[in-house]
Amino acid sequence: MATTHHVAAPAAERTKKAEGVTANSSTIGPIVTLLVLIVVFTVINPRFVSLENIQTVLYQAAIPLILSVGATLVILIGGIDLSIEGVMAAGALTFVLLSPNNINDSDFGVMAIGGALLVGALLGGLNGFAHVRLKIPSFMSSLGVWYIGLGIASMLYDQSTPRLSESANIAWASGTIFGISNSFFIALGVIILGVVVSRWTRFGRYAYAIGGDEAVVRLTPINIGRYKIAIFVVAGACAAFAGVLGSIRLGVGVPAVGTGQLFTTISAVVLGGTLLSGGRGGMLHSLIGVMVIVVLANGLVLSGVSPYVQQAVQGLVVIAAVGIAGWKQRSILRIVK
Amino acid sequence: MTEYALQLNDVTKRFGAVTALESVSLSVKPNEVVGIIGENGAGKSTLLKVLAGIYQPDSGEIVIGGKKQKVNGPRHAGKLGIGVVHQEQSLVPSITVTENLNLGFEGNVGRWGLYRWSKLRAETRSFLSRVSSTVDPDARTDSLSFAERQMVEIAKSLKAVAGAPGSPVIVLDEPTSVLERDDIAVLQKEVEALREIGSVIFVSHRLDEVLDFCDRVYVMRGGQVVAERETEGVAEEELYRLMVGRDASGLHYMEDQQLEPQDEAVLQVTGLTSPGAFEGVNLTVHAGEVAAIVGTNASGREEVARAIFGLHGYTAGEIKIKGEVLKPGNPRTAISRGVGYVPAERKVEGIIAGMSIGQNLAMIFSRAIAFGPFQSPRRRRELSNAWIDRLHIRPADPNADIGALSGGNQQKVAFARWMVEPDVRVLILDHPTRGLDPGAQQDIYAHIREACESGVAVLVLGDTLQECIGLAHKVLVMRDGMVTALFDAPRTHKPTPLDLIKEMV
Repeated sequence: MATTHHVAAPAAERTKKAEGVTANSSTIGPIVTLLVLIVVFTVINPRFVSLENIQTVLYQAAIPLILSVGATLVILIGGIDLSIEGVMAAGALTFVLLSPNNINDSDFGVMAIGGALLVGALLGGLNGFAHVRLKIPSFMSSLGVWYIGLGIASMLYDQSTPRLSESANIAWASGTIFGISNSFFIALGVIILGVVVSRWTRFGRYAYAIGGDEAVVRLTPINIGRYKIAIFVVAGACAAFAGVLGSIRLGVGVPAVGTGQLFTTISAVVLGGTLLSGGRGGMLHSLIGVMVIVVLANGLVLSGVSPYVQQAVQGLVVIAAVGIAGWKQRSILRIVK
Repeated sequence: MTEYALQLNDVTKRFGAVTALESVSLSVKPNEVVGIIGENGAGKSTLLKVLAGIYQPDSGEIVIGGKKQKVNGPRHAGKLGIGVVHQEQSLVPSITVTENLNLGFEGNVGRWGLYRWSKLRAETRSFLSRVSSTVDPDARTDSLSFAERQMVEIAKSLKAVAGAPGSPVIVLDEPTSVLERDDIAVLQKEVEALREIGSVIFVSHRLDEVLDFCDRVYVMRGGQVVAERETEGVAEEELYRLMVGRDASGLHYMEDQQLEPQDEAVLQVTGLTSPGAFEGVNLTVHAGEVAAIVGTNASGREEVARAIFGLHGYTAGEIKIKGEVLKPGNPRTAISRGVGYVPAERKVEGIIAGMSIGQNLAMIFSRAIAFGPFQSPRRRRELSNAWIDRLHIRPADPNADIGALSGGNQQKVAFARWMVEPDVRVLILDHPTRGLDPGAQQDIYAHIREACESGVAVLVLGDTLQECIGLAHKVLVMRDGMVTALFDAPRTHKPTPLDLIKEMV
């Protein structure tokens, strides 16, 4: 018979298995970051909290906010949309050429915005189709659509800059209420719509489910592909709408209308706490994320940081902020791609 | 209404040459809890997949509520009244309990497509209350404990069978394997609640629990039902013996080649603790010795093995390789000190599909093959060919894509990767023969013996108890993260599986 050594008495209690994650700390991080930035910039230059500057910040936040709604949806399903700037350009030129301008005689009124949204939705649909049906990673399909959008814009642009003439659209979008740009209120409306959609509709809830674990969702009757394509369509429409607002601000239609927005949007969404792997995060996260990025850009200007250095500082701060936010999730075997 | 809620008559399922289920017959009465026990590979999971309609039986029939049925898939199974709660949970972590329970079946959610959360929530509560669970329907699923998630799974399966005509049958696959004792008590209450609604099939390899939960138990071994017993007054030992079976050939594990270990302690683990995984683990493996750790899924043995290779952190204790303390949580240092690890998840961690056999073998740029960052293709070819020969790897082509190989051959490559290392001192084998045919198993056993001969210390987490006993010089039993017993297993005095099981559960 074999010899037996009793090494330890069987544990009286079962050892507690570590399960689940600690409560939502990801929501607090971005808010703290925002508050820290506000305090730091106020100390450096008290003018930062002046009414005038707050109005400026909100004005600057409008376009990224609209973009972040579409981008958040896409990132929630675990995808990425890099086509933002291209779709903005195509939307912008479409809008300008359908509105009263110095190149043609068109005046489609509000329908000009509708036309721009349609172009954006079509580009988003192309993106979604390529991703879902042709099984191309959204990183690559949206990179392609970016250039398709830019190409369409350049064709419409055709060597001379179309300049917007006065119209109701322009008057309204560039107006203010209490000194705050109407475009900010529009953006706020889009965000609220985004919140409603993501909390109370199948479309929004399935986005979370698909991003959370697509393999599980596949076992249900949910048509994943259709929802994914729809999300890219919405993202495209958001980008086109941002292009419309951008053109109204510039007063002209140029393909470069969206330059720099990709960085702002993606970093805002990620910084806000929406995971690139999908399933977690949301519109309000992105709202905070956008405010962080916009405040950062604005504050750096007011702090007198050389314009040549500003971009580099923004990049550094974004990396640092995302790194700190994700510090707890590091583990030996976590694979990040 | 017939007497049985579910009957299987002579169900056979083959995969190529392998017979996974051989003429299995069983029956479940309404409001009965029936257990199915068996070791890994006994055919339990195949049986479940047949019930869920994932596999179609090659012959035999499934009779549900007196009617012969063809089950087309999990959803169809639900319509017929069979709900399977799988061991791997199928809930989306990032959404709420309510959403998971209703995912894809929200029905008419409300006006303008807006969710009426109150309605969904109420429905969720009603299903949860049937299994007397108090989980908050609004809780995000990843905030729940494993046991709570399991209750949600059970409630979900109830929803799936809600429309079925007859008495539903809920199948629980290894429901207790990761549960704590308190949770098991809760689960037992749930099973009793389920008994009121329909029948339960309780699949497990933990005999004591099966006896606790069930009215009747079927014992499976090698794809067959070898016994059926009422749990009332059954002799536990008899069931153990039926479940484990007898080893046909005494020398299957090449016990005759089991040499005396050398004196040098190569691997010394003292007081190793990682809260929630393992606690105060001591373990010494000498040169030329095979130590096996046995334990159930939640025993913590995998985590200990991974900790030694640096894949799992620990808060207290230390690991010494040849007397030198190993830095925790760093596979690279572990490798440089001569620790090798063959993982259980072969396809995920063991091989890189798409790369050739030779490249997989030469993954660790050791001095056997490489000069700094460069590999010598000639040396790699020679080594690959040598090991392909020694381990009978087929196809015998170092350039063949490893992804196209059979599981056994892939495993041989994963194993050989460490054997090409001239400096390997400790070899950790996590289920080294999982899914291999007997011939391939023999090859692996032979090479474990050979490694011992050259003075390597081997730590094995075997697939079966016999494998552990047969291979090892000593067997550690782990339970709930602690080492509960240590058996010496010299060539001539092997402990029996029964001895081990007593300490495991």
